[in-house]
Amino acid sequence: MRFQRALGLAALLPACTFAIDGKYTFQTPQTLIARDISDLHAWIMAVIVVIFVAVFGVMFYSIFKHRKASGHKARHFHENTSVEVLWTLIPAVILVVMAWPAAKVVLAQKDTRDAEVTIKATGYQWFWGYDYLDYGFGYKSKLATPREQIENYKGQGAAKDTHYLLEVTEPLVVPIGTKVRMLTTANDVIHSWGVPAFGVKQDAIPGFIRDTWFKAEKVGTFRGQCVELCGRDHGFMPIVVQVVSKDDFKVWVDKKQKEAKAAADDPNKVWKLDEMIARGKTVYDANCAACHKADGAGGGPFPALAGSKIANGPMAAHLGIVLHGKGAMPAWQGLSDTEIAAVITYERNSFGNKMGDMLQPKDVKAARK
Amino acid sequence: MTAATDTLNPTQGDHAGEAHGHDDHGHHAATGWRRWVYATNHKDIGTLYLWFSFSMFILGGTMALGIRAELFTPGLQFWQPEFFNQLTTLHGIIMVFGAIMPAFTGLANWMLPLMLGAPDMAFARMNNWSFWLLPPSALLLVISLFVPGGAAAGGWTLYPPLSLQFGMGMDLAIFSVHLLGLSSIMGSINIIVTILNMRSPGMTLMKMPMFAWTSLVTAYLLIAVAPVLAGAVTMLLTDRHFGTHFFKAVGGGDPVLFQHIFWFFGHPEVYIMALPAFGIVSQIIPTFARKPLFGYHSMVYATASIAILSFMVWAHHMFSVGMPATAQLFFMFMTMLIAVPTGVKVFNWIATMWQGAMSFETPMLFAVGFVCLFTVGGFSGLVLSIAPVDTQMHDTYYVVAHFHYVLVAGALFSLFGAVYYWLPKWTGYMYSEKMGKFHFWWSMVWFNVTFFPMHFLGLAGMPRRIPDYPLQFTDFNALASVGAFCFGLGQLFFLYNVIHTIRGGVGKAPANPWEGAHTLEWEVPSPAPHHTWETPPSQELVEKGLKEQAL
Repeated sequence: MRFQRALGLAALLPACTFAIDGKYTFQTPQTLIARDISDLHAWIMAVIVVIFVAVFGVMFYSIFKHRKASGHKARHFHENTSVEVLWTLIPAVILVVMAWPAAKVVLAQKDTRDAEVTIKATGYQWFWGYDYLDYGFGYKSKLATPREQIENYKGQGAAKDTHYLLEVTEPLVVPIGTKVRMLTTANDVIHSWGVPAFGVKQDAIPGFIRDTWFKAEKVGTFRGQCVELCGRDHGFMPIVVQVVSKDDFKVWVDKKQKEAKAAADDPNKVWKLDEMIARGKTVYDANCAACHKADGAGGGPFPALAGSKIANGPMAAHLGIVLHGKGAMPAWQGLSDTEIAAVITYERNSFGNKMGDMLQPKDVKAARK
Repeated sequence: MTAATDTLNPTQGDHAGEAHGHDDHGHHAATGWRRWVYATNHKDIGTLYLWFSFSMFILGGTMALGIRAELFTPGLQFWQPEFFNQLTTLHGIIMVFGAIMPAFTGLANWMLPLMLGAPDMAFARMNNWSFWLLPPSALLLVISLFVPGGAAAGGWTLYPPLSLQFGMGMDLAIFSVHLLGLSSIMGSINIIVTILNMRSPGMTLMKMPMFAWTSLVTAYLLIAVAPVLAGAVTMLLTDRHFGTHFFKAVGGGDPVLFQHIFWFFGHPEVYIMALPAFGIVSQIIPTFARKPLFGYHSMVYATASIAILSFMVWAHHMFSVGMPATAQLFFMFMTMLIAVPTGVKVFNWIATMWQGAMSFETPMLFAVGFVCLFTVGGFSGLVLSIAPVDTQMHDTYYVVAHFHYVLVAGALFSLFGAVYYWLPKWTGYMYSEKMGKFHFWWSMVWFNVTFFPMHFLGLAGMPRRIPDYPLQFTDFNALASVGAFCFGLGQLFFLYNVIHTIRGGVGKAPANPWEGAHTLEWEVPSPAPHHTWETPPSQELVEKGLKEQAL
């Protein structure tokens, strides 16, 4: 029994070392840029420590030695031009020594030319969408930590896993040793995509495309979080990147392409009501249940859908709110036409709502224009 | 004597107004609530400002404790994430606009006329206005917590498009910012005109106290940037309600435009909160080192250079929005450059202490504490100025640590120093040195316990403004929360000490309780009578003080 427990603890050790990595200082750098940044930081810290010791040394020397209590008499000097010129010039020179290497890193960091793989990361409230532009598929990457682990109100809440808040439904997968250009943009508000181990952080700005790049050097899983305040679930949109070998990447891409083809909804398909409701439930649980709750009861500022005026009113108004958002509710234009049609149909025919009507994907397509 | 003092003081008399109380003055001073609501006396208005600022400090501090309580352990314990965001937003806005800025204006109001030998601020009635705009704007912020949708929750920076999503709490915040801006502009005009026109005979600009210099430069900064902020939030307002698209990409606007405008205000704002602190420390250190301020002239030039540079570095808050490499380099170099004049200031303070005859009464403790901690904040600022390193730190707790070292240890500590330094002048009583020292050491220790671990959190990558965090950040967060609660508790000792002093403290204060103080405010009795310097101080008196200050 005791032996088993010891074994269990030993198994936890690697997990602990991971947790400690990135506890006091930067996560272990995994790219050239991240190493450059880490080195720059070490260099600046060294300079700072020297200045710190010199400045504080002089100050504390005078604090201890030049006290009135110990009988020290004040000497009334108050100016010394050469000293003042000197302590203006010396810091200026130190700054040049710091600026030079920093400038080189800035230029390298900004150079996104000649990328081999281009991936677009789109920030949504509150998850990331990744599109592999060269391979024609994409997917959403959402927080995988269950709400029971997060919500500890009144002392309740499940035990937290090692990667609490740093786990996603589907990570970004990139090949090792390949220059990956990340394009960032956003659907609603500004988000920021960053992975500390790669030394990248780039805001994702709605209506604009920005870019950054990295070239991972090691196979493994690396984690970051959204770093720009983006509303309620800002703290709950992690970024997980899985670096794989080039061969594995090829296999994975192949698989994803096939999946994408199979999963693609035919936008012209005409759905039946019960099919649509079943599809809508999966969409609802994945996107809407966090705020409006699984049973449509709502909570806090988020109104109940059960018996709501919207879900039991005109279809066009219902569609309008889903497409364009309202107040704290984000616009859901990132969902496909089929998904939106499905979720609206589901909402109008569940939670006790009995509208009996339905929306087809082509109606959504028309409403988007 | 300047023309303005001439007109204001038609009769010549002996130097201070202390000889006659205000009853001789030919009018009856208002009493009761009228004294405060109709106040035009710079001392009354200064007092109003200071109490207002302290109550905002307690309010904003309570919100900070709400934040730290939630962050004590991982998971959501107390607040919904939306409310957490409202807390961080209001904490920021209230501390910046409600606590720190009014406190400096209040000090300027109380002390500038006394230090310059002027009978009052230049525009006494406008002074009343500029104060009384503050309580309504604070009220708007507080009310916003209770409106549908809650208060603004986009951070004190109010970045769109996020800030376009909120309910009417955001509009209340915008109106509040408008009022605060109006108030600061009026306050600034008053400070500038008072300093430029109402100095006593013989006190040229290059001979006035450093606190007057930094107040002057700060006031100019405010007049330059407060309208910029007002413009930015007005554009937000029209985007929200009148169909404009300044910051909405849908209609051809640019969300980053707001950040440029905001930080063109926001960076000088940082110095609006730091420069007066430099001035205060430059008054306190020479007093307790019993030596003139080292390098007065370079202090003035450094103050001006910092002010000018502060307009050219705004985009260092935005290194991650994606600027061209050249812009990134320009803003990085300019930002690093600020270290030079700031360094000059620190070196000057240390040279002032060097070979002094130092004693460590509470104001001096806070001043030395300020120099130590502000230097640490300056160092982390230097680290952040390096654009590639900023890539790792941007929007993490490292930034939170950095600006709290600058603003709490900088602005707040200098304010505490100022309060203890001038409290005998304000109340006529000496504060309890024992309690003052306790307040200092308590604040010093818990401040560092609260904010130093945040450097590590930031290095390790913990984003700011998150209500819940991954497990590796647990220990430092718990530590910071304990520190914050203790730090907060310590400020109640401060309140107690001040009230204790007002009620008599440890005895009556002489006109000049500090051996090494030679500025004009120490020439009037303690407590400073309602009216002082009704006739300007004589040139001999001014020159005597200046000589002691080696000016």
